[in-house]
Amino acid sequence: MRADLTIIKNWIDHNSRVLDLGCGDGTFLALLKQEKQIFDCGLDLDPENINKCLLAGVNVIEQDLDKGLANFANNSFDTVLLTQTLQAVQNPDELVDEMLRIGKKCIITFPNFAYWRYRLYLALKGRMPVSKSIPYEWYNTPNIHFCTIKDFDNLCAAKKIRVLNRTVVDASYQTSGLMKLNPNFFGINAIYHIAR
Amino acid sequence: MPDSIPSNSVGIVKPQRIHFDEALTLRSGKVIEAYDLMIECYGELNAEKSNAILVCHALSGDHHAAGYHSEKDEKPGWWETCIGPGKAIDSNKFFIVSLNNLGGCAGSTGPGSINPATGKAYGPDFPIVTVRDWVNSQARLADHLGISQWAAVIGGSLGGMQVIRWAISYPERLRHAIVIAAAPKLSAQNIAFNEVARQSITSDPDFHQGHYYEHNTYPKKGLTLARMIGHITYLSDSSMRDKFGKDSLTGGNFGRDLRTGKLNFGFDVDFQVESYLQYKGESFSSNFDANSYLLITKTLDYFDPAVDYDGDLSKAFLKGDCKFLVVSFSSDWRFPPERSREIVDTLLKARRQVSYLEIESDGGHDAFLLPVPRYIEGLSSYLSVVANESSSAG
Repeated sequence: MRADLTIIKNWIDHNSRVLDLGCGDGTFLALLKQEKQIFDCGLDLDPENINKCLLAGVNVIEQDLDKGLANFANNSFDTVLLTQTLQAVQNPDELVDEMLRIGKKCIITFPNFAYWRYRLYLALKGRMPVSKSIPYEWYNTPNIHFCTIKDFDNLCAAKKIRVLNRTVVDASYQTSGLMKLNPNFFGINAIYHIAR
Repeated sequence: MPDSIPSNSVGIVKPQRIHFDEALTLRSGKVIEAYDLMIECYGELNAEKSNAILVCHALSGDHHAAGYHSEKDEKPGWWETCIGPGKAIDSNKFFIVSLNNLGGCAGSTGPGSINPATGKAYGPDFPIVTVRDWVNSQARLADHLGISQWAAVIGGSLGGMQVIRWAISYPERLRHAIVIAAAPKLSAQNIAFNEVARQSITSDPDFHQGHYYEHNTYPKKGLTLARMIGHITYLSDSSMRDKFGKDSLTGGNFGRDLRTGKLNFGFDVDFQVESYLQYKGESFSSNFDANSYLLITKTLDYFDPAVDYDGDLSKAFLKGDCKFLVVSFSSDWRFPPERSREIVDTLLKARRQVSYLEIESDGGHDAFLLPVPRYIEGLSSYLSVVANESSSAG
């Protein structure tokens, strides 16, 4: 399992209702069902992922996040998850608003574009950074809205979103003193637990 | 006739006639004193009776969903693509029950049956049955078979509406509801097509106000027309272009292939699509009863389970905890994906467990009967989980 999910798992209550936006193959929801007896609902668009969810007995709805979430009622879930997908949606700010409308709490993880190696890559090579974590070229990347930890903090402040927890980790989802000292410079991935 | 019956078929099957003596009060208030249902069963019921699946048919379907009635049968049952050993609805794992609904014309009591009160065929006097009435009769069938809870109830189109009704009327009697290419109720456009079909039948001089049996005839022309218009709504523009544009030298001629290679400058058949529809309509008219067709189009038009819940279907789903799988097809314009999403959204509002697949297919409404790979795979995956639950349930 992806290490960020181990961290997130602890923020999810037993018997709670969890909506996972971009649930992938459903592994995480299946685990939460097994360990925490949650009510699961996943959204995805990829036919292979959707089929894997069905095989795992995970509830999955074929739905495009970019077409909105108007079909989900206010406060109808305890937790709404968005892992490593924020940077790939059309309107990240609107999606965050929608998540906070639907969920009592939300968990968002994204790659920090201000990580020092990306800064160095751009500064020295003069090209858009390509790395193990973000392996795409500028023309074929699904990541159309990269942001930094500072950017996301500003968004939360502007929208008066409460940050319940912010964990900044490296590629293997470990944290370090340097990351705590300057998360926006040393952190590769950011994990936010937020609420209104 | 297939050279030999394929190994993934349920093989030779035998329909059964089940008689019910207890009167059935219909939604209209009318009563059917006694009735027969024709059924077919595939696979074995396990000792716990936990592996039973009910298959509900659409407008023109019947109890013969899979397999062959004899070695000489040209065609298998209507859902051979999905039902059989190793198939999505796996007869090695499930006990599958399929029936001909009341008001049909494949052996179950319907307009062509003898009315005990008059000694003559019911004809137009057969009461209008609704989806709710069908499901009530299906629940009695379940009682008869000793099945207190279905592992799943499955249906496409009008069959999917029966599945929705099952989840509302008997929420504790099914664990999974699989609703394919359906809608929560018909739209004005859907009803309009049904009305044209009905008008074609009733305006045929051979209709005799529905008493055509006594005249040893049937409204062939009218039923042919009705089926032709229905058939168009089951296909998609794109599937018709493919089907009737095969011989085009230019490729992609909008399916305008000519029947004889030239225009006739008259009002007879010029294009292949015309002769195909006439052929399909006529062969249907010789196998289906016009009164049943009239009745079942009304059954479709009347379906609206939200009426008992102030128009809010989500309230209908507040009871019960069966899981749902909803499937739609991109080119279906009879019950397009939006209509299936209405069902999904309603279920979400009622906080029910639901999965939804929107399958890319050119097959139109009929895609639910076709071997569309992603659809079959999804159904198969979903039911593999149902099978595991069902075998561990006891």
